[in-house]
Amino acid sequence: MIFHDNWMSESDERTCRENTTEIATNIFLDAGADYFYVKLGVLFSGGKDSVFACRRAMETDSVDCLITIVSENPESYMFHTPNVRWAHLVAEAIGVPQIIWQTLGEEEAELSDLRDAIAAAKEMHGIEGVVTGAIESVYQAARVQRICRELDLWCFNPLWQIDQVEYLRLLVSEGFLVIITGVFAYPLDESWVGATIDDALIRKLESLQKKYKINPSGEGGELETFVLDGPIFRKKIEILKAKKTYENYRGHLIIEEARLVDR
Amino acid sequence: MILIVDLCYKAESLSKHEFVDPIAAIVRQTGTEYEVVHFTELEDRLIDGPDRIILCGTALKDNFFAEQIDLFTWIEDFDKPILGICAGMQVVAAVFGGDIVPQPKIGLEKIEITRETELLGPPREIEGYHLHNFGVTLPSGFDMVAGRRDSIEAFKHKTRPIYGIIFHPEVRNRWVVGRFMDL
Repeated sequence: MIFHDNWMSESDERTCRENTTEIATNIFLDAGADYFYVKLGVLFSGGKDSVFACRRAMETDSVDCLITIVSENPESYMFHTPNVRWAHLVAEAIGVPQIIWQTLGEEEAELSDLRDAIAAAKEMHGIEGVVTGAIESVYQAARVQRICRELDLWCFNPLWQIDQVEYLRLLVSEGFLVIITGVFAYPLDESWVGATIDDALIRKLESLQKKYKINPSGEGGELETFVLDGPIFRKKIEILKAKKTYENYRGHLIIEEARLVDR
Repeated sequence: MILIVDLCYKAESLSKHEFVDPIAAIVRQTGTEYEVVHFTELEDRLIDGPDRIILCGTALKDNFFAEQIDLFTWIEDFDKPILGICAGMQVVAAVFGGDIVPQPKIGLEKIEITRETELLGPPREIEGYHLHNFGVTLPSGFDMVAGRRDSIEAFKHKTRPIYGIIFHPEVRNRWVVGRFMDL
């Protein structure tokens, strides 16, 4: 497997660590104390769930790296997202080192690849826990829990069982700029591809939930998203060129060129 | 008023979103007034006399609560309904003299309800989400109401409305919390 480690600059790294080095030595010696915190790696696709999970992790603990799995299988059970190759730009915008790990995306082999990626993050960044953006998927959550147990790591799912409409409202109210980069369900037409998640769109999703049982946050695979800006971003992402594809209630916004710009 | 007790390693931890908030959301949907409190800050809240108490679960690696069982001795004298979920069940077991024993289980598994109770209803098979490294032995004064002797899924005090379940009801079994609210 190939991995790339997309480090933040040395000065950023130093600044980030200066505040935490002293207390880091106390980890696990006094769990339960106010200063107890965990060094974390976030499973990261650049979509809303992983970015918001990262946000929550940053509020309580230390996010030391982002772990991105790039699957070559478009039907991957765990990791396929069409614009995951741009996750590095989101990682750079947030300012956290990223490990990019490639997998063929075969059902059980990709779990072994995930394990290897997390083990690499543990070795390279000294993480003590993993964060996921899982909301409802027992399939994904249980597998990551087992890997973490095997590697003696904490596992956190800070969006677990969250009300999906409330969650979308939270994303918008906290200032995340999220676009829809994939639709995969009736009756989502072409107008949804590339749309920004805002209050009006959330109301539409809420009504589709009642009428067609669509999961408003796309937890059932109905939607895929990409985050362009948010409160944890140092820079925002500007899409320069993108291609839309759409046929029979399946569509993608495929990002072809993008860059970081000042917020 | 319902007291929801956070058993995670510290107050306002990252785990609270995962193990406490989903239970609070179910209680909120019933329209019942509730308060969430961390187990290290519990003493003052008990004076207000909650109508019932839920002890929530923790992350797989989080057993900090088990090192401080002496903070939970009030359970012996609390005469209203208590529901211990996973780590909460371990606390209840330990307070009443049971043991916390290694018994790892992760994921959805079948649960055999073996004895009818107001909480779980009549004997039948259900499926529940498990996330624990430790289970319990049956404390004296309790009946096993689901599972097997070597893998207890649920127990109930013989005479009081004190329950423990090792599975997580927020996944596919929210009705358990709903029924607890009606006890």
